[in-house]
Formats: sequence, structure tokens, C-alpha cells
Amino acid sequence: MDVKPDLVQDSIGQLCPMPIAFMARNMKKLEVGQVLEVRADDEGAHADVPAWCEQTGNEFLGEEPADGFFRYYVRKTG
Amino acid sequence: MSQNTNKATIVVFSGDMDKIFAAFIIATGCAAAGMDTTLFFTFWGLNAIKTGEPIRAQSFLGKMMGLMNRGGIHRLNPSRFSFGGVGRILFNKMMSDKNVASLQELRQTAIDLDVHLLACKMSMDVLEITRDDLIPEVENVVGVATFVKEAAGSKIQLFI
Repeated sequence: MDVKPDLVQDSIGQLCPMPIAFMARNMKKLEVGQVLEVRADDEGAHADVPAWCEQTGNEFLGEEPADGFFRYYVRKTG
Repeated sequence: MSQNTNKATIVVFSGDMDKIFAAFIIATGCAAAGMDTTLFFTFWGLNAIKTGEPIRAQSFLGKMMGLMNRGGIHRLNPSRFSFGGVGRILFNKMMSDKNVASLQELRQTAIDLDVHLLACKMSMDVLEITRDDLIPEVENVVGVATFVKEAAGSKIQLFI
């Protein structure tokens, strides 16, 4: 995926709800328009990251597989 | 009055370890989604916000209850397979083996995400638990009217 993250969050090995809790904290550090990359290997993240974006109004840009984990990209919109 | 604002209100009645897990996970999820989240701790649920030091009960029955019901969040037993305290150790081991956050970590995460912790005054009186027996992060000691006010304006209301 052709996205350049402004901040990378390593949630590999973390289980629910920690990836989402850290996302909430990290998104506060970003400016509107900036992108957070979340690296996670919890299967629940496939559903939870887009669900969190829908609930908070942030933009889910997509996910891509990596070596044993997935990268999720989220743009801060509000 | 503000109806259906972006709030979540959860009553924590149970002191079972597994149910306290559910309460803190849901509260953390709500707070992470930007909801103004409140946990009301009442009766056995108060064990999740006690310091864990011996309580300063006055009456005989209060002292006995304090002894039977001693300890804080470290000492909670699961609702099934408790085995007189062994179940807690087994559950904690299974959860740490799978890298699930501990109850103490989850409670701290909730606090860091500005989840409000409130304690029920009436059940504190019954169990002879004082404000000093609760962790300092507990914001206030309240009654049912405060719960009603918060719950009436919440999108999510749960009783655990």
C-alpha cells in the first residue's frame, strides 16, 4: 500500500483491548490528515480497527499482510 | 437534559474476576472510541477498586465481612472453577501465557483513558468500606441518583 505513516504503533503480541487502547492514545498525538500505522497479529484486529474508525469518524485506509502480522493504516480526520 | 450523548455507563456489581475483566475491557473500548465512560462499583464490585489493605471496619460483623471479603483486584476469584483460590492462579497463568493484559494493567489502561470510577455509598456502608479503603483514582462516592443521571444520557448502559 502506497501510504507513508507519520507514526507506527507496534501492537504485535497484544490482545484485545490493548491495540485499540493504544490507537486511541496515539491518534491524539497526530494532526488532522496524518496517518497511523498499526502493526498487529491479533485476528480480532481485522474487524476491530475498521470498527473503531467507523465509531470515531477516522478514515480506515486499509490493511496489508506482512511477515507474521498485518499493517493497518488509519488517517486522522477529526 | 442531554439524552443519548456519546456516553457509556456500566454498573459493576459482581466481584468475579472474569466479569471484572469484561467490565474493564468494555470500558476501555468505549473510552478508546471517544465515549465519556463511567463505571459504578457496587457491592462485590467494590473489590475491584479496593486498595487491598485490610479494611478499617468497626462492628463485629463488619470485621468478619472484611476478613472473608479481604483483598483487592489481585485477589478476585473466577465465577467458575474457583477451587477455593487455586482457580485464580490457574486463570492468571493461562491468561499471562496468552499475553492477555492483567486486571491491574487493564484497570490502569482504563484510568489512563479517563474512565470515571465511582463507588456506591450504600454498599460501602453495608460492607464498612471507607473512602480510604479505595484506590485514590476513584473520583467520587455516590448514590443511585448519580447513576440514573449518567445512565439516562448514555448510549450504552450495562449491568455486570
